[in-house]
Amino acid sequence: MTKVNMNVNGKAVSGDVPDETLLSQFLRENLRLTGTHIGCDTSQCGACVVHVNGKAVKSCTALAVSLDGAEVTTIEGIAKGELHPMQVAFNDNHGLQCGFCTPGMIMSGIDMVNRYKAEGKDLHSDAIRAELEGNICRCTGYHNIVKSIADAAAKM
Amino acid sequence: MTTGIGAPVKRKEDKRFTTGKGRYTDDVRNDNQAYAAFVRSPHAHARVKGIDTSAALDMEGVIDVLNGQQLTGDGIGNIICGWAITSKDGSPMNMGAWSALATEKVRYVGDAVAVVIAETQALARIAAEAVMVDYEELPVAASVAAAMAADAPQIHDNAPANQIYDWELGDEAATDAGLASAAHITTLDITNNRLSPNPMEPRSAVAKYDDAEEHYTLYTTSQNPHVARLVLSAFYQVAPENKLRVIAPDVGGGFGAKIYIYPEEITCLWASMKTNRSVKWTSDRSEAFLTDAHGRDHVTTAKMGFDADGKIVGFKIDTLANLGAYMSLFSSSVPTYLYAPLLSGQYDIQNIYCNVKAIYTNTTPVDAYRGAGRPEATYLVERMMETAARELGLDPAELRRRNFIQSFPHQTPVLMAYDAGDFPKILELAQESADVAGFPARKAEAASRGKLRGIGYSTFIEACGLAPSKAAGSLGAGVGLWESAEVRVNPVGSIEILTGSHSHGQGHETTFAQIAADRFGIPVESVSIVHGDTDKVQFGMGTYGSRSGPVGMSAVVKAMDKVEAKVKKIAAHALEASEDDIVIEGGQVKVAGTDKAMAWHEVGLAAYIAHNLPDGMEPGLKETAFFDPVNFSFPSGAFICEVEVDPDTGITRIVQFTAADDFGNIINPMIVEGQVHGGVTQGIGQAMLEQVIYDAEGQLLTGSYMDYTMPRAADVPFYHVQHHVTPSPNNPLGVKGCGEAGAIGSPPAVINAITDAIGTNDLAMPATPQAVWRALQAVKSPIAAE
Repeated sequence: MTKVNMNVNGKAVSGDVPDETLLSQFLRENLRLTGTHIGCDTSQCGACVVHVNGKAVKSCTALAVSLDGAEVTTIEGIAKGELHPMQVAFNDNHGLQCGFCTPGMIMSGIDMVNRYKAEGKDLHSDAIRAELEGNICRCTGYHNIVKSIADAAAKM
Repeated sequence: MTTGIGAPVKRKEDKRFTTGKGRYTDDVRNDNQAYAAFVRSPHAHARVKGIDTSAALDMEGVIDVLNGQQLTGDGIGNIICGWAITSKDGSPMNMGAWSALATEKVRYVGDAVAVVIAETQALARIAAEAVMVDYEELPVAASVAAAMAADAPQIHDNAPANQIYDWELGDEAATDAGLASAAHITTLDITNNRLSPNPMEPRSAVAKYDDAEEHYTLYTTSQNPHVARLVLSAFYQVAPENKLRVIAPDVGGGFGAKIYIYPEEITCLWASMKTNRSVKWTSDRSEAFLTDAHGRDHVTTAKMGFDADGKIVGFKIDTLANLGAYMSLFSSSVPTYLYAPLLSGQYDIQNIYCNVKAIYTNTTPVDAYRGAGRPEATYLVERMMETAARELGLDPAELRRRNFIQSFPHQTPVLMAYDAGDFPKILELAQESADVAGFPARKAEAASRGKLRGIGYSTFIEACGLAPSKAAGSLGAGVGLWESAEVRVNPVGSIEILTGSHSHGQGHETTFAQIAADRFGIPVESVSIVHGDTDKVQFGMGTYGSRSGPVGMSAVVKAMDKVEAKVKKIAAHALEASEDDIVIEGGQVKVAGTDKAMAWHEVGLAAYIAHNLPDGMEPGLKETAFFDPVNFSFPSGAFICEVEVDPDTGITRIVQFTAADDFGNIINPMIVEGQVHGGVTQGIGQAMLEQVIYDAEGQLLTGSYMDYTMPRAADVPFYHVQHHVTPSPNNPLGVKGCGEAGAIGSPPAVINAITDAIGTNDLAMPATPQAVWRALQAVKSPIAAE
């Protein structure tokens, strides 16, 4: 067991966890932040994407104990009083059906918009599709997810 | 009205999903939670000679290790298939025994032999590795060909030659005569590739036994919690129905894979009683590939005959269906009554004969996956039409037009009575939307870039809204296929609709609310939908076969009819008017042509205050209804796909995809189009990417997302979706169902387009770059016979 301290969604948290504990498990089981989902065992599906120190990370690829002192934002932490524009855009554009991949899609979407804006690049629909290579959705056919992210990009 | 029928109302349920507050089964954690891990067979076929659990039981934190002898010893029944199919010689199907935990034999890799219950999930999995099972390996039949070979191992004692049934539909002699008269016969050998449904949420079950009440609660990833309770109780004797509550909370996609009652749910319930702990199991993805029921897996030879005018004169089909190692809940119906009755497609065919042999193999059980039988039929018919058009030198759209059914009702020779549709109109709509006239120019432009551009059609029909109970029963179904609803108007006028339909992505919390808002003129926010809990909803048959619209919503309408009748009586009494003069409009209950009115909520209040009701009327405002349709509904569509192939690499891009559908009346076009997008994408996955592969020893080679390729965002285009409406005459809303059409109609459109581009018809699904490249090489440089 190793003690780990993090700042998750603006709150200081800590826990004693086995060294093999993944960040995804720490979030779901220790902190009961169950909005971060586990959809595969091979870091392919992206349902578990969170932000670590401002960057998108698949939380199933990171050991919790390796992130001592990190700032983590999960799907539960992006609405500040009102919903984040990405959350609004997914509702406006019907960017979700079963909702299981949605937290990862939204966290990846915010990350790509932030990166493209920082680099002054245009996030056109082909770029969104390429950037979504790490996120699988089985319901929507991506059509409305791409529209949602483009819509949010215009408003962020 | 902006929130009623036909309005693209934004989904009411989205907020919890976009904020991480959805509640899926694995999110449930009971007090004193324990965890299950299954000991699974690494062999595709073996005798279980012994199970040594001592090392696992010695581990600290292991609560118990349970096996199949204990399970059957406690009277837990075998898993059954609920649809009885009779072979053409009159004999019943040969259903082999399937125990939730194997007792004497294992029959596929992943077959469960024991379960470890431990304090943590990690510990349960480690302990499961420590359970020593002594296997005597047996010869394996991992494919239909291997299972039908003369020296094949027998997988179940009661299924000689591994045959489950040998079934037929249609008139063979008439079809042979039709074919004998044909001016041209097109022959095709078609494989419909085996798929894994892959809802993104893995299956999960949390069972809790209350020893004081002798009561069980099961949270589970189910499309049909009441069916789960019925089967768990009536057939598996896990618990009496009144002592078992099944809750399917938020469910992350189903696509058929979450219809069935699997060994894990049975085992978790039983283990919770044995250990007096809440027991939770959540599949990981590799376990899902091993144990979630697969779909498709047909091998078919077919002949279609045409007269000199290109009219079809006979269609004869021989299909081998792989059902895997055990018969899953609806497995028998998929290659029979959900398949052969659709072989007439959109065409006026007088003579059809279909023979289907269902075969056991040492592979994961196969059952319904999005479309279930209808994609297999559609792929066959639409590949046949395109191939025939090429052989006859006819435009593929023209050949289809010559054979379209023109008037309704239309009785096919394979059971179905089509009730409504306009096939020429839908094809015309698709052709206009796809700018088919401009295709030659686009092809030439692509050629100037070194790309091969092709176009492919699929004009299809499907049968949804499973189904008239009496008709399904006469064909062998073990259950009725109606749906139920309860409409509760509260004293303040808000409404709760309890439905037996289950939403796992379909947006029922919005669309079901729309039909009530539309009916009573109240805000859609004032209507809440309750589903997925057997303690709340009396009964229901669940969601599959695109049935929630045509059957589930119809039950709601029927209950609303009763509510409306009572509201009119209450208002007529209070307003001293004739019941016949009462109208409900814009949230008001009015006497037509006067200014006398009550607000909707005032009527609700009057029903519960009960001070001024007509003599003899019961207080309250709550009505229930069961709806049993008189027929299937028949959505139809015309899909046109355009592809560009890079001849150097075989890499194929879908550059345009047009879907024109007739779903009958549409409640929420935004949601309907979302269903089309998703369905078409799954069909593109089947056509170009997805394939479950076993080796000859029955080892699954495609057991993770590293090996099994599903469409990602860059693999698919934006879609053009069009609608043409011919209302279904067989339900009050005139809806037909939209959940499966995309997956049913799209695979042949894609393969027809690719084969058009590359100039050879010899291409099987999935058309991966390698497969397309190989097909192209065969055209470019025919290999000499030696």
